[in-house]
Amino acid sequence: MASALSSRRLRALFTKEMLQVLRDPSTILIAVFLPIMLVFLFGYGVSLDTSVVRLGLIQQSSGSASRSLAASYANSPYFDVTQSNDKEALFADLTAGRIRGIVTIASDFDRRYAASGKTAQIEIVTDGSNPSTANFVSAYAQGVHAQWLASQSAEGKQTQSGGIQVMPQFWYNTALTSRNFLVPGSFAVILTMIGSLLTALVVAREWERGTMEALIATPVTIPEFIITKMTPYFILGLIAATICTLMAVFIFDVPFRGSILALYILYAAFLMPALGQGLLISAALRNQFVASQVALLTAFLPAFLLSGLIFEISSMPRWIQAITYAVPARYLIPPLQSLFLTGNVWPLLLPNIAILLGFGSLFFVLIFRVTRKSLD
Amino acid sequence: MAAPAFTHWPAWARMKALVIKELLAILRDKKGRITLVAPPILQLVLFSYASTLAVENADIVYLDRDGGAATAELVQRIQGSPNFRSVTRVSSEKAIEKAIDEQDAIAGIYFPQGFSADLKAGHPAPLQIVYDGRRSNASQIVSSYLGQITTSLNMSLNAARQDKGMTTPSEIIATNAFNPNLEYLWFVLPSLIAMISAITTLSVTAQSVARERELGTFDQLMVTPLRVHEILIGKSIPPFLVGLLNSTIFIVAAVFVFDVPLQGSLILLFGAIIFYLLSVIGVGLFISSLSTTQQQAFLGTFIFITPAVLLSGYASPIDNVPYWLERIALANPIRHFIVIVQGVFLKAMPLIEVLANTVPLIIISIFTLSAAAWLFRHRME
Repeated sequence: MASALSSRRLRALFTKEMLQVLRDPSTILIAVFLPIMLVFLFGYGVSLDTSVVRLGLIQQSSGSASRSLAASYANSPYFDVTQSNDKEALFADLTAGRIRGIVTIASDFDRRYAASGKTAQIEIVTDGSNPSTANFVSAYAQGVHAQWLASQSAEGKQTQSGGIQVMPQFWYNTALTSRNFLVPGSFAVILTMIGSLLTALVVAREWERGTMEALIATPVTIPEFIITKMTPYFILGLIAATICTLMAVFIFDVPFRGSILALYILYAAFLMPALGQGLLISAALRNQFVASQVALLTAFLPAFLLSGLIFEISSMPRWIQAITYAVPARYLIPPLQSLFLTGNVWPLLLPNIAILLGFGSLFFVLIFRVTRKSLD
Repeated sequence: MAAPAFTHWPAWARMKALVIKELLAILRDKKGRITLVAPPILQLVLFSYASTLAVENADIVYLDRDGGAATAELVQRIQGSPNFRSVTRVSSEKAIEKAIDEQDAIAGIYFPQGFSADLKAGHPAPLQIVYDGRRSNASQIVSSYLGQITTSLNMSLNAARQDKGMTTPSEIIATNAFNPNLEYLWFVLPSLIAMISAITTLSVTAQSVARERELGTFDQLMVTPLRVHEILIGKSIPPFLVGLLNSTIFIVAAVFVFDVPLQGSLILLFGAIIFYLLSVIGVGLFISSLSTTQQQAFLGTFIFITPAVLLSGYASPIDNVPYWLERIALANPIRHFIVIVQGVFLKAMPLIEVLANTVPLIIISIFTLSAAAWLFRHRME
């Protein structure tokens, strides 16, 4: 009976696996090209920042108050205003998505505004088919109106000081750039892609072609097999992580405030469950098409959707929140974003690293069982 | 007679035979059948419930150096709002910092000394609120919730102080067309119809050719009397049917399970779906004409679909994208089709607007289908 680990076999196998990975052009494609593409997409393509919204404006009253209010909308940096008196044409634009809201200053605006005891009304219709844009339009339209009211009262209309004056501060991302948290967050998706998707696909091909059986027929032990299969992808994962980190800092100007050592420990801890899941899928399914679909569905999409990257976990229904606890990316994103934006927050880093390593061990036990069963 | 007179069959009969063969290839294998139906439905459920841009269950901490009535009132109003899960009192600035750093709270409020007294006297009362900028999107949403709460408190304080003597000179009445209560699901489900049917159709198309090339049976197909365009049409019909079936299931689910109103015309919608599926199949054939193995086809699909989904207007508004990228995204079929599905579902979009968004789909189909045909012909001969 051979011992569980032999350094001679490990070295030989490792050389074989490394050569195999380096000779396959698609692994280089996944480890280098895809991370670059994804970081670019998240850096440029996905933006939750507020930008300029196109707005229609109907001004039915021509007094000085409504003129100055209309000018306030036209001059607002948040809106690109099209003024028109054709209500139907503007509504057609709203239906087509050419504008996102219509502001109407009614014909009795000036009269009611000047009269005491009466309130003049400004009507806003937003395009509710996209709720986040609709919220943005009404919030900013309110903001423009409030500022306009304040400037009017400064010119001697009603004075109303007093009241609560909220002074918000956004720590660690003062300018509220969504890129600063999306780009580090997207690394979870990229590392899952390399760890789970690539591994599942490549290793399933070996099972499909029967080269895996040939390998298992040699004196190689299962731990040796798992370690040497994993190491090249682990190295590829760290290379991709390095490329991503450099791009984030030097191309997208995301600050980095933590320690590099902590960053790499975190990356390494995350690659354990990611690689484990990929190996497990391929060992259990042994069919490229099915393995790729399963990896997509159980690893890639959850890393994207159920990790807190785009959608807040605490707002999801309870049964989905329960599922998110089984998504490794959920434990990577908060400490990763903190390393970039805050610093070494140990109470966030340590428990999450421990959970990731725990997940990794669980996957390796499962791989061990699935592979051993196949030998019988 | 030894061999059937296959060569003398009319073109439609040859293609019919091919389509039957392709359908059998897709449906014969149990694992394959499951992958056609289960993932799309799982994705539909998962995506539709997980995608929410509202923030609920937010946790807040506050430091009370005031101890007055207004502080108690504001805290009570925040606790009463359904968007907040916990409002916890802490005893030092350090504790606020710690709660935010460790993400135990998304915001911290400092009530300064004299806050209630200032308010009562009608003086400005500053209130500092700090947010976790790492989650800048959620923070902004929470900040707007807190803004609404303080505004309404201000208004009731003003009303109490001035004995209803003064009214605001003007106010905004906001309504939301097409989706009055801003139901997020109404936005998500139409987008999902577009995305999921594209993903399934594309992977079926790309994989079916690649699999035959990897196994070598594609060469056998090429030596039959079938012409290249006949093979391509035969290869397109099964994924087309799969896509059509998927999108029909999703439309039915959207209307009957998720209660999304279907305001517009189904005929217009299905008319657009035909060209949408054709454009996606064109991309799939194009990818498979370039790949010789299943792995390459999978990677090609992945490289196309990820940017196509991210730049579709679903994850974030397409208006936020830089101009050069927005121009490139014009070649993205998902982006055009999402406008149509949302328009037909929620806005009863008229024929002319549906057409305006279908024309790009037709152009994309013509371009990708003929590019794929050209590539197949030239790589084969």
